[in-house]
Amino acid sequence: MRRIPLPVLATASLVLVTLALALVFFVAPNDADQGFSQRIFYFHVSIAFTAYLCFGAGAWKALRHLWKRDPRADLESYVAVHQGVIFGVLVLLTGSIWAKISWGHWWVWSENQLVLFLVLFLFYAAYFMLRFSVDPGPQRANLSAVYALFGVVLVPVSFLAIRLSQSLIHPQVFTRHGPNFGGWILAAYIVSQVAVLVLAYTLYRVELAGKLLDVRLRELRLA
Amino acid sequence: MIAARGLGRRFGDKRVLRGVDLDVADGAFAVVTGPNGSGKTTLLRLVAGLALPSEGELHVDVTRERIGLLAHDPLVYRELTALENLELYGRLYHVPERRERIGMLLERFGLWEARHERVAAYSRGMTQRLALCRVLLHDPQLLILDEPYTALDAQGAELLDAQLAELRGERTFLVSTHDPQRVRRLATSELSL
Amino acid sequence: MIRNGSGDWRRVSYLSDVGALTRKDLLLELRARDTLPAMLLFVAAVFVVFHFSLPAGSSRLAASGLLWVAIVFTALLALGRAFVPEREQRTLDALVLAPCDRSAIWLAKSLATLTFLAAAEIVALPLFELFFHGLRGSTVAGVALADLGICAVGTFVGATAVVTRARELLLPLLFLPLAIPLVIGGVGASVVHGPGRYLGFLGLYDLLFALLCWAAFEYVVVE
Repeated sequence: MRRIPLPVLATASLVLVTLALALVFFVAPNDADQGFSQRIFYFHVSIAFTAYLCFGAGAWKALRHLWKRDPRADLESYVAVHQGVIFGVLVLLTGSIWAKISWGHWWVWSENQLVLFLVLFLFYAAYFMLRFSVDPGPQRANLSAVYALFGVVLVPVSFLAIRLSQSLIHPQVFTRHGPNFGGWILAAYIVSQVAVLVLAYTLYRVELAGKLLDVRLRELRLA
Repeated sequence: MIAARGLGRRFGDKRVLRGVDLDVADGAFAVVTGPNGSGKTTLLRLVAGLALPSEGELHVDVTRERIGLLAHDPLVYRELTALENLELYGRLYHVPERRERIGMLLERFGLWEARHERVAAYSRGMTQRLALCRVLLHDPQLLILDEPYTALDAQGAELLDAQLAELRGERTFLVSTHDPQRVRRLATSELSL
Repeated sequence: MIRNGSGDWRRVSYLSDVGALTRKDLLLELRARDTLPAMLLFVAAVFVVFHFSLPAGSSRLAASGLLWVAIVFTALLALGRAFVPEREQRTLDALVLAPCDRSAIWLAKSLATLTFLAAAEIVALPLFELFFHGLRGSTVAGVALADLGICAVGTFVGATAVVTRARELLLPLLFLPLAIPLVIGGVGASVVHGPGRYLGFLGLYDLLFALLCWAAFEYVVVE
């Protein structure tokens, strides 16, 4: 995967995102209850899945750093987590818009995924604060890796907790109608998911290249 | 016992150690000299295993329980008594005949009378002498001393001289100092940073 | 590369190391006598604040929920102080230097903090019952289980905070997102009619995160 050149990825992202937008906004049929404005849900789900994948990738790279002492793994883990947070914020934004459309409020506590991403955002924001309060070196890499792993364990644990909490906070007043998977709807989903994944990977590669350049520059300067 | 090639250590953008080669054989007495800020402390910490190198290779052929480090700080708990401090380290290092050994060291370094007083009440010289007790407690094979004479009073310095003379040849020493005269007669090799 | 000593008596020596270190921490607190009294005063003051924060007509359950806020923040008080002697006198170096497993340092500190937290709660819980009533057996069980998680994770984060520049700032930032599942579990155990699920969840959290902390502590303390 590393061998796919960046311009190819960028072009693919552009094409796929355009295709996805076209499918979502022009081709897929209206949702039975919510009409045209529900379409953001396609992207909301794709972005959420991508964010999870980024956090997972970050944790995987973190494990490689701690276990195999892979020299690039620390930077790759950091960039993956960074992408995860960016897409996580997008989840919160798209989720908020969708909540306003569906229920008239910019925020609802009854949406498990939304609440989960809020908790994860808090955690990974602290991850960045941690990383920036330690000088670059083996310890910073180790600490970042450890917390990337903590984060990934926090995902299922928090999800479980939040699901348990829903019966505490308030009964399920709002029910969400999931889209029926038929025809163009499925196509729109798949394309938007692939588009977001490719976009995320492109951004990851771009940022990683930039960071590697920074590191190289610093090494040259110090030599 | 210690072998290092191209050892380096960075703190952020500051390079503290660079391209250091070091060879210390069993029973040797290696002295590290250099001005303040030349990385002597960092080198010693790397050898002791408290920090990881940023680059290069380091092999230390001794397990952690046979290493003794005398650092800039005495590494004793001020709110505990001398006896309690040494008890703790004695347990952690699984020192055989712990009580006797602690008693012997406290007496040798003139701290027996003050053994039940909290370290917070000690003078600087006494604290450093206690630090020496801590270092020698588990009879380490490799003694890493970071500017050992700095905080010692006259009595302590004499005791240390006697101790070094006694152990020289039987134990391996890595000593940093910015006043090499004192230890030069004992040294088998010198590294300048 | 420094080799660690091996031996058949490793397990016994591990426990004896933990014992020696825990004893040291308890002894230090006994001498200083500042953390525990502070925690007790803090908890009492917080309860008084709660009374004035709960408007008339608030359910009794609201106070049970707030109990958990009190517990988390009282714990933060203790956790903030946990590594102070090691940091100010740099004795952490001596502990890392010692032949004991580095995770023993974490375990010992957690046990000591657990002792202080439990001691504070022995006063705080009856006080809570006095002020607000409604304390249940499942609440106490929840507190006991959550304490384990709080001390395990909190000690880990506390050590991390000590080795970074940001120090006191980082502890609550990293700790609170990780504590959210504990609060959910605890509140659930306190108010719901079938607390078994929540208690089980707390046990799961404790197991997962204690394991993670135990395995990862080595990476926090070596520079």
